[in-house]
Amino acid sequence: MNRHLLSAADLDRDDATLVLDTAAEMAQLTEGRSVKKLPTLRGRAVVNLFFEDSTRTRTSFELAAKRLSADVVNFSAKGSSLSKGESLKDTALTLEAMGADGVVVRHWASGAPHRLAHSGWIRSSVVNAGDGTHEHPTQALLDAYTLRRHLGSLGARRITIVGDVLHSRVARSNVLLLATLGADVTLVGPPTLLPVGVENWPCQTSFELDPALAKADAVMMLRVQRERMNAAFFPSAREYSRRYGLDARRFGLLPEDAVVLHPGPMNRGMEITAEVADSDRSVIVEQVTNGIYVRMAVLYLLLAGGPP
Amino acid sequence: MTTPGHDADVLPSHSRGERRILDDRDIARALTRIAHEIVEHNKGADDLVVLGIPKRGVPLARRLAARIGEAEGTAVPAGALDITMYRDDLRLHPARALEPTDIPAGGVDRKVVVLVDDVLFSGRTIRAALTALDDIGRPRAVRLAVLVDRGHRELPIRPDHVGKNLPTSLSESVKVMLDEVDGNDAVLVVNAAGGRP
Repeated sequence: MNRHLLSAADLDRDDATLVLDTAAEMAQLTEGRSVKKLPTLRGRAVVNLFFEDSTRTRTSFELAAKRLSADVVNFSAKGSSLSKGESLKDTALTLEAMGADGVVVRHWASGAPHRLAHSGWIRSSVVNAGDGTHEHPTQALLDAYTLRRHLGSLGARRITIVGDVLHSRVARSNVLLLATLGADVTLVGPPTLLPVGVENWPCQTSFELDPALAKADAVMMLRVQRERMNAAFFPSAREYSRRYGLDARRFGLLPEDAVVLHPGPMNRGMEITAEVADSDRSVIVEQVTNGIYVRMAVLYLLLAGGPP
Repeated sequence: MTTPGHDADVLPSHSRGERRILDDRDIARALTRIAHEIVEHNKGADDLVVLGIPKRGVPLARRLAARIGEAEGTAVPAGALDITMYRDDLRLHPARALEPTDIPAGGVDRKVVVLVDDVLFSGRTIRAALTALDDIGRPRAVRLAVLVDRGHRELPIRPDHVGKNLPTSLSESVKVMLDEVDGNDAVLVVNAAGGRP
């Protein structure tokens, strides 16, 4: 394992498998226990540095760190020096001076976690919790963990990822990680929401959803990110929903044991109907639980050990 | 505690620097005796839970549970208790992969837990196992069974059942091989020249 987790591409197959196996043990070690806390990161400090709002990811990281007995400090953009215009560098130097062992960073700018990790400003491990439209590796890991629980090995499994790929760091990290794990990924979306250069990604692409569903072992619906859309990427929400939304009819096209994922938060009625989101083959709520185990695994593997 | 010699050595048996202390029949006899000691002390198999410490404590725990079950005509729950997250030397090495933990369905509350490991050395593994057990529940009593006690304790911990007391020097390492993990049963002492530093 690298010292940082910045991109899903940082993980080769062995590393990714190690994280997923470790996450499975974390689940074993905390589920149904009288004490859901492990002493492993006692005395280590983890800083959640969030330049962008995200309650679920921050809470998940916070809970993961606390279950490992780390001290957790939350640094959010709102109501802190970050909103007063402090630069990333000065924030980093402050964290270093405070003695943070791990920094979990979410930033609206793609590449900010990389800058933080490689600038020499801090010595701590950096975990990317989502940067701009670039990557969100722990989301990909929790998706892979969830898929593995339902599908077994991911080798040659067909995973269809649908929607706003252009703005989705979740899609990018998932394509990289799932390809590393040997899965067969198809991206589906309108041409305006597939990024330039997607033909060089380790996956297939399609503009049509229906044909991609019949053979899918799992389908992952992406959130339509209205806050990132400053241009007309599709004519109307209704049209998007009609062409790319997962409704009961399309759900019926899936093989019987296929599962439905969504990174959340969902726009019910837009990319997914309530009926599908609440069906027993939707693993969306389980993804949240698994997120904690995967983040515990990442924090353990990055922070628990010492130098070789 | 991983005893030196657990992981790295790939020397063929009987090569220079290795002494065979126990063979498969010795190990079988030791386990049978320990199983009977446990039953005798516990006055039966009631409330027993046998937990092995990975890696090689786990198959030993299964064998012990099977022997106790045979002697008493009842099924004795066996499981695994990984102590990696509770080690006191985590920061001295890169993070390790975790071994499986598998607590039998009945849990450990009000049970008599028998911890099983292959080699008792510094005692730090057992210290970690006791802490781990604390987070799982509250056993009525905890007992310790080991296949080999090689001495050199660094903590006030002692075993209740020992397969073989084996005084060693610190330059030697004890290598336990079990059929389930290594393909055959044996206990070897490897001296520094043939084993690890």
